[in-house]
Amino acid sequence: MLNFFSLSKVFEISTKSSKYVFVLFIIVLTIGLTEALFLSPEDYKQSHSVRIMYVHVPAAWMALGIFSIIAFLSISTFVFKNKNFFLISKSLAPSGFIFNIIALVTGSIWGKPTWGTWWAWDARITSMLILALFYFMYLLSWRIINNQNNAIKISSLIAIVGAINIPIIKFSVNWWNTLHQGPSLKIMSDSTIHSSMLIPLGIMTAAFALFSLLIFLMKFNTEMIRIKNKGLDRL
Amino acid sequence: MVKKVKLRIVFLLALVLSIVLSVLLILKSLEKDVVFFLSPTDIKNLEEIETKKIRVGGMVKKKSISINSDKINFIVTDFKNEINVSYSGSVPNLFSENKGVVAEGFLQDRNYLKAVKILAKHDENYMPPEVKEALGDK
Repeated sequence: MLNFFSLSKVFEISTKSSKYVFVLFIIVLTIGLTEALFLSPEDYKQSHSVRIMYVHVPAAWMALGIFSIIAFLSISTFVFKNKNFFLISKSLAPSGFIFNIIALVTGSIWGKPTWGTWWAWDARITSMLILALFYFMYLLSWRIINNQNNAIKISSLIAIVGAINIPIIKFSVNWWNTLHQGPSLKIMSDSTIHSSMLIPLGIMTAAFALFSLLIFLMKFNTEMIRIKNKGLDRL
Repeated sequence: MVKKVKLRIVFLLALVLSIVLSVLLILKSLEKDVVFFLSPTDIKNLEEIETKKIRVGGMVKKKSISINSDKINFIVTDFKNEINVSYSGSVPNLFSENKGVVAEGFLQDRNYLKAVKILAKHDENYMPPEVKEALGDK
């Protein structure tokens, strides 16, 4: 795995690639926003407020996806004491948390003109709030625990326990009556979003994924500099 | 070393399983409160009429909206049972007949809810108006 690379090699690659990722992110974001805000059609029912979807939905996907990755890596970290993964999951968490907050805030802004309320204690929204709290605990656990070995253990456990919430978020709209609508994209059947709206949604998702990657690389670099400064020449 | 790995796997499985079970049990017993709204059928099947504030959700029945002075009356249906709702105040933009709605208020009897708040519920279909027109009023 990463043991093949020396620390300085990894550092070199991640520093270089973050520049390219940044340029690519700006390009994709510009295309995505133009598509989403100007070129895509308005919705037959919600008219222009549908455009919030192009930020809300990709942000929620990112929050869920990143937490799933963190949980997956955490299992490996916790069980096999894999020393390569905890820095990756630690560096992934901030962008996931930010996207979770973005999803909640844009959802609230979207909810007011469409549903008629800023907030509802409905199953989807509440479970998403719980995910944000897990992200918060995860990030805090790195801050408040000084002993690194303990921090690795406890943060991994937080991620693994929090992952139980992921399927609850996904299926909350199917299991219970919720104010939030059901899923538009299904694996087994056609999407209920018209293709002219699906394209900007896809581009915005790519842009957000690139942004997550960018923040991840920057954070990862910072972590490696921190290790270097400690004089530990190994991960 | 290998034995420790096994122990950690067992520990994780036990931890996750116990939490999943307790979450399941909690959600199961709270089912009545986890659902955001009751359907008109649920209201029909209530053992006794709730005096607390409740939410009823479903579709606004076609041609059932009537507005007189500051009051709006309509029927919420789940295509099996119906309930009358009255409300005074402004409704959200997306409120219209044949669309989803959640009415929050007090049950007067099994067929009548006095709403204090109306929320519009929209479905998972997104399309431009031209496409909707071409599809017809399905």
